[in-house]
Amino acid sequence: MKNKWLAVPYVVWMAIFVVAPLVLVVIYAFTARSGGFTLENFTAMGEYAAVFGRSFFLALIATLVCILLGYPLAYFLSREGSGMRRIATMLIMLPMWMNFLLRTYSWMSILENTGLLNTFFKSIGLFALLNRTFGTNIEYFHMINTQGAIVLGMVYNFLPFMILPIYTVIEKIDYRIIEAAQDLGANSRQVFRKVIFPLSLPGVLSGITMVFVPAVSTFAIPRLLGGGMVTMLGDLIEAQFMGSAYNPYLGSAISLVMMVIVLVCMAVMNRFGEGEEGAVVL
Amino acid sequence: MSKELIRLRECCMAFDDEQVLNNLNLYINDKEFLTLLGPSGCGKTTTLRIIGGFTTPTSGDVLFDGVRINAVPPYRRQINTVFQKYALFPHLNVFENIAFGLRMKKIPDPADPSGRRMVKLSEAEIAKRVDEMLEIISLKGFEHRRPDALSGGQQQRVAIARALVNQPKVLLLDEPLGALDLKLRKDMQIELKKIQQQVGITFVYVTHDQEEALTMSDTIVVMDKGSIQQIGTPEDIYNEPKNAFVADFIGESNIIDGIMVADGLVQMYGKKFQCVDSGFAPGEPVDVVIRPEDIDIVPVEQGQLSGTVTNVTFKGMQYDIIVDFRGFKWLIQTTDHSPVGAKIGVKIDPDGFHIMKKSQYSGKFGDYSSYSDEYDELSDLDTDDESGEDAAEDESHEE
Repeated sequence: MKNKWLAVPYVVWMAIFVVAPLVLVVIYAFTARSGGFTLENFTAMGEYAAVFGRSFFLALIATLVCILLGYPLAYFLSREGSGMRRIATMLIMLPMWMNFLLRTYSWMSILENTGLLNTFFKSIGLFALLNRTFGTNIEYFHMINTQGAIVLGMVYNFLPFMILPIYTVIEKIDYRIIEAAQDLGANSRQVFRKVIFPLSLPGVLSGITMVFVPAVSTFAIPRLLGGGMVTMLGDLIEAQFMGSAYNPYLGSAISLVMMVIVLVCMAVMNRFGEGEEGAVVL
Repeated sequence: MSKELIRLRECCMAFDDEQVLNNLNLYINDKEFLTLLGPSGCGKTTTLRIIGGFTTPTSGDVLFDGVRINAVPPYRRQINTVFQKYALFPHLNVFENIAFGLRMKKIPDPADPSGRRMVKLSEAEIAKRVDEMLEIISLKGFEHRRPDALSGGQQQRVAIARALVNQPKVLLLDEPLGALDLKLRKDMQIELKKIQQQVGITFVYVTHDQEEALTMSDTIVVMDKGSIQQIGTPEDIYNEPKNAFVADFIGESNIIDGIMVADGLVQMYGKKFQCVDSGFAPGEPVDVVIRPEDIDIVPVEQGQLSGTVTNVTFKGMQYDIIVDFRGFKWLIQTTDHSPVGAKIGVKIDPDGFHIMKKSQYSGKFGDYSSYSDEYDELSDLDTDDESGEDAAEDESHEE
């Protein structure tokens, strides 16, 4: 009984800072500028369908890239010795100790038309070579302010959130289960396909959640690496609250719709995770 | 028995600098139930893992049917393993767990006359064989359960079925009953022996439980510190232990210093006793093993030796009595009750003695002093102080 009371501060915190704002968002979403109930905020959203589509698409691409990069890394990491694992985990975490904006800014200076990468290409004579070979006249690769740059920024920032849950799950798999599979005639590929991969799916699922959700709603990354040329949901919502388009009612409605879509996505995915054919997720 | 199936030749195993197996030589016959018995850390599990292919010996050869298989990976060996704590696949149901090995298998295509094309087993064949296995382990109707919805004994049986369904030549079992309670363990011991006879294959069984080993095995290999101490039938091991370690590890033993006077005559406590052992040099120091159940309690005047009862424990079937014979304490198992403090005589038939050569284990086992000391400490707090003083005295003597 006594322990139960220890949870009170957190419950209060949740009520004030999580539940109440959510309720406010819902109320605002159904409120007209002039006050009073309306569905206009939702019907008006049609014109932003492209932004919705783009946000989910880019977040999806970023999540997929995170899985493709993160899974093998997590897998091989889990088979290393403890010393190597500690160092590698440190290296994965290290960028996260740096300020998020700083990290993203540094990508800007790498990707800019006169940035580090282009300067490097120029200095090794890549552009000269290309121009001579193909008869073109390029002086730099256009990398900043593209959708690719945004995906890169997302992957860079959120990759640790994919690696760590997968790594944790794989590392916890009892080595005897793997030996049992070998014993029953499975070669290393089959061991992976039939045992390690299905058992690691919970890690992949939480990795997807932890990458996809922040990626869908991020606004700093498209702002900095997309240069405002690529509008995403985060920017759109921000503009409704802070920007010139000031319309918190529409902003609330957009956030609400985004939240519902994300929730539906998660629910569908967890369904797959629980089912026997877990591999469908990929 | 029948022909030799597995041979380990001069196998050594070292992890880092620690020698786990010392020059192990062992052969295992076809259709035999062989048990590797020993305390934890004796190298028995390592031996099993070498046979299973999960570790490669640092040096030495592993032969299967006369072929060296050191480098053959586990999935290509005709050997299956029942793992400690079962290691069932948690994401698969009982049916799929048992079918796992069959799904990995490829057989020559019956439709292909050259016999070179390999195909997977048909679903019907898999279902049939899994079904047969479920019958043997009496778990029909549990096909769709997940392993975590089964009791320990049921998981155990699934693990055995999962291995046996592949019809291996050898089944390795790594302390398979360790996690079960006593009653279930005894049932499973009989069950396992029955299954082994039914399927007619070699079982290699690892355990630290001497009773389990005696119950099930055709052959017992007693191991300690990475070396084989003795190989023999359960009767051999129990009746003719080779050294003090084996005598102590298998059952209860009183092990007393003695001198072999002549064939059939051993001297201890300054007295000569008739025995049936021979083949020792006259005057050779030996270890004398007397099993607690081979000692008869008689009145003092009729006894070969006399001592004082220091502790009596009721064990249900018998009393465990600790008797002090001039400072060396024996364990005697008897159905007659003798009170603590009583002077008793003991009588031992000549075949109750077993004489062993001295070994590195001499003097380390077979004295039940610690047994009764613990008891004394509990009953009498003063003893603690006295023994403390004794220890202090001993130290000063040494200096």
